Amino acid sequence: MLQIIFDSLSLGSLYALGALGIALIFGVMRLVNFAHGDVIAFCIFALLWPSTDAMAIVFAGQLPWYLLVPLVLIVGAGLSVLCEITVFRHFRRANPATMMIASFALGFVIRYFLLMLFTSRPKSISLLPMLSQPVEIFGARLPLLQLITIVATVFILIGLSLFLRRTRFGLEMRAAAENFSMARMLGVRANRVIMGAFALSGALAGAIALIFGSQTGTADIQMGASIMLMAFIATVIGGLGSLAGAVLAGFLLGAASVVMQVMLPVDARPFRDAFVYGAVILVLLLRPQGLIAARGTKERV
Amino acid sequence: MTLLNLVNVSVRYGRLTAVRDVSIDLKEGQILFITGPNGAGKSSLLRAIAGVTPTAGGHIEFDGAEITGRAPEDIARLGFSMVPEGREVFGSLTIEENLLVGAGMHSRTAGAKGRTASDLASVYDTFPILKERRHQQAGLLSGGQQQMLVIGRALMTRPRLIAIDEPSLGLAPNITDQVYERLVALQSERKLTLLIVEQSSARAVMVGGRMILMRSGGVVLDGDARTLGNSEAVQAAYFGYEEQ
Ligand SMILES: Nc1ncnc2c1ncn2[C@@H]1O[C@H](COP(=O)(O)OP(=O)(O)OP(=O)(O)O)[C@@H](O)[C@H]1O
Ligand SMILES: [Mg+2]
Repeated sequence: MLQIIFDSLSLGSLYALGALGIALIFGVMRLVNFAHGDVIAFCIFALLWPSTDAMAIVFAGQLPWYLLVPLVLIVGAGLSVLCEITVFRHFRRANPATMMIASFALGFVIRYFLLMLFTSRPKSISLLPMLSQPVEIFGARLPLLQLITIVATVFILIGLSLFLRRTRFGLEMRAAAENFSMARMLGVRANRVIMGAFALSGALAGAIALIFGSQTGTADIQMGASIMLMAFIATVIGGLGSLAGAVLAGFLLGAASVVMQVMLPVDARPFRDAFVYGAVILVLLLRPQGLIAARGTKERV
Repeated sequence: MTLLNLVNVSVRYGRLTAVRDVSIDLKEGQILFITGPNGAGKSSLLRAIAGVTPTAGGHIEFDGAEITGRAPEDIARLGFSMVPEGREVFGSLTIEENLLVGAGMHSRTAGAKGRTASDLASVYDTFPILKERRHQQAGLLSGGQQQMLVIGRALMTRPRLIAIDEPSLGLAPNITDQVYERLVALQSERKLTLLIVEQSSARAVMVGGRMILMRSGGVVLDGDARTLGNSEAVQAAYFGYEEQ
């Protein structure tokens, strides 16, 4: 039982962090950023020497964790901001569909760039190996990593919410997310807010990459895509643009996946995802605006 | 001294011309009412000055600087504060947070903290109801209270000119009276320049100042509100008799 709870929470953490990364950008730009998953993949590969071998050489692997973690977060934030400056900035006045397609294209560019350097073969890596030891809590044996994932996610969520509530930058981001053009008429700088949102979202991608990379012990170019799909669904059921909704839905999806894995009859387990998506459709039929409807349907300018 | 100068400004939406060659010269400290019927192009003109709607021709100067085509935040930072049609409070933010967003553009200057605190106190002084409810979500305020909030929020930017689009929209007449009373008081205390858009000329006649009447995108009349307001020319312009 405890095992199920922890599994749900740690899977939910990944989805919640992914959904947050999407919701942050959607909030200020009305952009559904499908390149987010590829930013996640990039963060892991940034630590490897380009090679075609199955055993990757992690050049940053010797780094102690207190350097490795910030490095990956900075790589994510940096790449994400770079995407904004080189691509999305030029689509600001475009309609949401155009921006979404641009984000798809950008995702492909990142993915093929990685493919060129590393080939499509997943590589086994060992990031933070000390975290795979099990620990015993309340009689259940849990991998330390799972515990750290949950604790780290809780810290990230608390930190982000303090940042949004207590700092001037956070205030401006919230105002801009609700009504971008009004915020600008009050002197809020559009570029600064949007770049800030991209930087935060990219750092979250870095966090996911670290967690996922250490959990699976592989670096896979496809790794972002699988989380992205769930994360994207979580942002939609959470109510597009609502940060709290994205987090809540992320955890709910994590729980739904784990619980169904356990509860479904063995024959039905391969179809677990179909059941999860079925539940998603049901939620959207009942609450089309999402669990927590975001304020501010005002157009960006 | 001229604070705001429009020269042949036009605004187009696709093939529709909403504002056609409008030229206005607004002096510092003046009160200017822009009136006119639905669809006259009043809001479009205001949005073009604020930089949220692109102009299709002409140019705009604020305090001697060319602002045509500049970003809304840059225009705001020069001292042009816009209160758009429908007020647009940040409904999910508290009242105090709404006000603080307005103070943001000065937050990097020396002594900003103290100045923001005193600006906040002075807004609360002008609108005591905002102080009472400062930790509540702004979306919960009534229409009149929201109007006071957005005027207060505009004041927090320390503007030289406030442009307000239909402050009376959806308000009971006695609440509108209160809003105008504060506006006029602020204008004389702080040497503010006011640009107020209203559909009817009635307020302009009550408050006084300069009045411009727009119709189908152009300026039809321009003069002293009290003299113009009661003239037949205004009635005629409203209903378009002059074309017949
Ligand atoms: N975003 C827009 N896209 C297309 N047309 C628009 C847009 N905004 C306004 N218009 C059109 O431009 C013309 C002028 O509109 P505007 O809102 O400026 O008038 P107004 O004088 O403010 O009217 P009201 O008193 O009803 O607020 C109208 O014909 C309107 O339909
Ligand atoms: Mg209007």
